[in-house]
Amino acid sequence: MTLGQSLGIALLGLDGHVVNVEVDIANGIPGYTLLGLPDAALTESRDRVRSALVNCSEAWPNRKVTVSLSPAWLPKSGPGFDLPIAVALLVAQQVIPPESSSEILFLGELALDGRIRAVRGVLPSLIAAYKNGITVAVVPSSNRLEAELMSEMTIIPMDHLHALLRWLRTGERDEAQELALPKCQDEEILDFVDVAGQSRARMAAEVAAVGGHHLLFIGPPGAGKTMIAERIPGILPPLSRDESLEVTAIHSIAGGLSARSPLAISPPFIAPHHTATRVAMVGGGSQQIKPGACSLAHRGVLFVDEAPECGLGVLDALRQPLESGSITISRGIGNVSYPSRFLLVLAANPCPCGKFTGRGRNCTCSSLQVRRYLGKLSGPLMDRIDIRVEVDALSRVEMMQTELGESSRAIRRRVMAAREIAAHRFIHEPWKLNSEIPSRALRTTYQPERAAMNFLHNELDREHITARGLHKVMRTAWSVGDLAGHLQPTLGDTQNAFAMREGVRS
Amino acid sequence: MSIQKKSPHSSKSQNISLGAFGENAVTQYLISSGATILDRNWRVREGEIDIVAQSPDGKVIFVEVKTRSSLAFGHPLESITNRKAHRLQSLALAWLVTHKKFGADFQIDAAAVLIGSRGEQSIDYRANVL
Repeated sequence: MTLGQSLGIALLGLDGHVVNVEVDIANGIPGYTLLGLPDAALTESRDRVRSALVNCSEAWPNRKVTVSLSPAWLPKSGPGFDLPIAVALLVAQQVIPPESSSEILFLGELALDGRIRAVRGVLPSLIAAYKNGITVAVVPSSNRLEAELMSEMTIIPMDHLHALLRWLRTGERDEAQELALPKCQDEEILDFVDVAGQSRARMAAEVAAVGGHHLLFIGPPGAGKTMIAERIPGILPPLSRDESLEVTAIHSIAGGLSARSPLAISPPFIAPHHTATRVAMVGGGSQQIKPGACSLAHRGVLFVDEAPECGLGVLDALRQPLESGSITISRGIGNVSYPSRFLLVLAANPCPCGKFTGRGRNCTCSSLQVRRYLGKLSGPLMDRIDIRVEVDALSRVEMMQTELGESSRAIRRRVMAAREIAAHRFIHEPWKLNSEIPSRALRTTYQPERAAMNFLHNELDREHITARGLHKVMRTAWSVGDLAGHLQPTLGDTQNAFAMREGVRS
Repeated sequence: MSIQKKSPHSSKSQNISLGAFGENAVTQYLISSGATILDRNWRVREGEIDIVAQSPDGKVIFVEVKTRSSLAFGHPLESITNRKAHRLQSLALAWLVTHKKFGADFQIDAAAVLIGSRGEQSIDYRANVL
């Protein structure tokens, strides 16, 4: 038999397809043909596989080698196919028995000396394989921790082609030394203890964390906007197992997992620079559609500092994920959807020079410049921001305070309690967070107290808020109420929520 | 396109004599397998056909011979690139036209000859490779 077969995985976004790697060795002039829409890295697999095999003292067939990756229509990318190609080649040469490698998924890039190197996207690949009924997978040793998150499968970590071939031939393998799984580490999380004063901004962050409301901080440079934003992931509840698998899978595709503790337990914090392009923000790429900042921030915080400085349309590209919780990217090779349900935190200076606070005495901008600056944040985007707070420069009183602020741990406890109340209330509803209450439900079931509604309707009559703004305030009011332990938002809660939304006139 | 036949060059270097040695070996191999040799080292401006033979069933066989004295630089047949393969095809057609056999059934074979340090030779003959 000069035919060999093995299994690999092609990823298109988070979706994996099982790929049959077939190798045919025919008579003819020595050559190597790779079929099935490979990208550049995959085309180069020929030279890696060849060197690895030769350096592991295996024979390279000096005949006409045809490698076919089926399904043929699916574009395939990356070096992860090195291992399945090498295995199929050896099966075709009858070096290893075909039964030994059937029904096993192979993942890994080959080094020229035969070592097996880490690849991206191991977790989503394994999830796809498991869905297709594959239960055994050979993965690079360096991807082992990530692979073992998929506890339903038998994971066989391998660091060298030698070891793999020995296992395939004889079934023996070196028992991999048990690596102590690192405990979930909290130590790197930034703490709200460090933030002096800024009680309004702290409160806003807390309410945002409860209901998943998007935030805008406006304030002069150095007031602590970034500091507060960086600490928001620390007060969000830790991710559930399903959520963290989801987050880990996205980060795995982007190649941003740390080898030490691959499972993302705490919510991610992603802060793209304001010069980021639209593609960097929402994801894209021609050969391989990679997730952008908004998907990397899934289940966490997306922080854009100096938001008005962002390029035209970059922030507005976030409108679709803000609305639907996912982003669909279309390119020549297909459509890819990534989840992107994040908490958006924007920070902005009040004007180009940044000093237009208080009486604005030190500001050197013209009034037109001041007006235009925040106007760069488009209306439709601002409409999706539920909470807007001014972060003023610290006063001497606040700075002199020696007692530390409240710790993130204490705040998180309150946030989790409030979320629990909300989750209990929405037990029969398809949504979980206050910011996700649809407007119809707001008008019928989830209304604040009568007095609060009167207050809101008065503001509506005075044209201080729009109808949509009214709904936004109601949602925020629920979060404020949950924090205070009220069964229904009171007038006070609603006024607080109103102040948080309309407090900044932009 | 007119293809002019040129007189064959005399061998100049060791490689050329090595090549001739390999071609002789393959010629012997072909004769012993029942083929008739029609032409050797047919040269035109575009290139050369090493051996033209006719099999017992009348098929015209064009053979490209690659000879090496070691495998240090890879398998001999690996040096047949796509460009060389295309050239062989057009040369084969040119030979058929020149010899008024256009339309005859033909195939292109490749032979690798490996010569050991003590003169022992092995022939890896692959039929119908292009």
